[in-house]
Amino acid sequence: MTSGEKYVAAAYLVVFLTLLVYVVIIASKLQRLEAALTDLVERVRARG
Amino acid sequence: MWLRNNALAASAALAAVLLASAIALIAFYVPVDADQGLSQKIFYFHVPIALTAYACFGWGAWKALRHLWKRQEGADLESYVAIHLGVIFGAMTLLTGSIWARASWGVWWAWSSKQLVLFLVLFLFYCAYFMLRFSVEPGPRRANLSAVYALFGVVLIPISFLAIRLAEDFIHPTVFTSNGPQMSGSMFFTFCVSWAAMLATFGALYRLELAGKRIDARMRELRELLA
Repeated sequence: MTSGEKYVAAAYLVVFLTLLVYVVIIASKLQRLEAALTDLVERVRARG
Repeated sequence: MWLRNNALAASAALAAVLLASAIALIAFYVPVDADQGLSQKIFYFHVPIALTAYACFGWGAWKALRHLWKRQEGADLESYVAIHLGVIFGAMTLLTGSIWARASWGVWWAWSSKQLVLFLVLFLFYCAYFMLRFSVEPGPRRANLSAVYALFGVVLIPISFLAIRLAEDFIHPTVFTSNGPQMSGSMFFTFCVSWAAMLATFGALYRLELAGKRIDARMRELRELLA
C-alpha cells in the first residue's frame, strides 16, 4: 500500500467511523425512549 | 402521500444510493490527479463535507430566525439539531482536511492558512453554542438566547468561505474561481454526486435526530400529565 493510498483510506475511514458513532448514539437514545415508553404504558395500565 | 409518511426512510435510502454512487465514481471512474496523485481523491469527500457543514449552520440560522421572527413551533429544536449536525460535519472537515494536509504539505495543520484558521474559529464558535444552550434552563429564554447566538454565527460563514480569495492564500488550493471550477468534467461530476450524497446524508440524519427529539419531548409532556 502506497502512502497516498494510506491517507485516502484513513480519510474515508474517519468519515465512516464518525457517521457510525453518530448512528450508534442515536440508536441507543431510541432504545432508551422505547424503554421509557414501555414504562409509561405500564403506569397507564396500572391506573386502570 | 407515501413519501410524506415515509420521509425518513426515503431520505435514508436516497443518501445510501448517492453515497454508494459517489464511492463507486471516486474509486473507478474519476482519473487520478496528475499533480497530487491519489491523495487528491480526499477532495471528493472533504470539500462536500465542508460545504454541507456550512449548509447545516445556515439552515440552523434560518430556523433560529423563524423562531425569533415568526415564533414558529419547533423551530428552536430544528435549529439545535441542524447546528449539532453542522458541528459533526465540521469535525469531519477538520479531520479529513488534516489528513489531506499531511499527504500534500507534509504537516497536519498550517496556522499560516487563513481559511483553515477561520474554519476552526467557525467550528469552535458553534461548539460554544452547546455550552450556552445547556447552561440555561429549558424554556423560552434558552430558545431565544440560542437563536440569537445561531444568527450571529452565520456571519462567519461567508467570511470563512471567502477567506481564501480575500487573503490570497497560496497554501490552501482554490478550485472554484470566478472562471468556474478548475477541474475536468468527470472530476466536477464526481464532486457534484459526492456533494449531493453529503446533503442527502445530512437530510436523513436531521430527520432521524429530530424524530427522536420530538418523541422525547412528547413523552416528557405525557409523564408530566400522568404525574
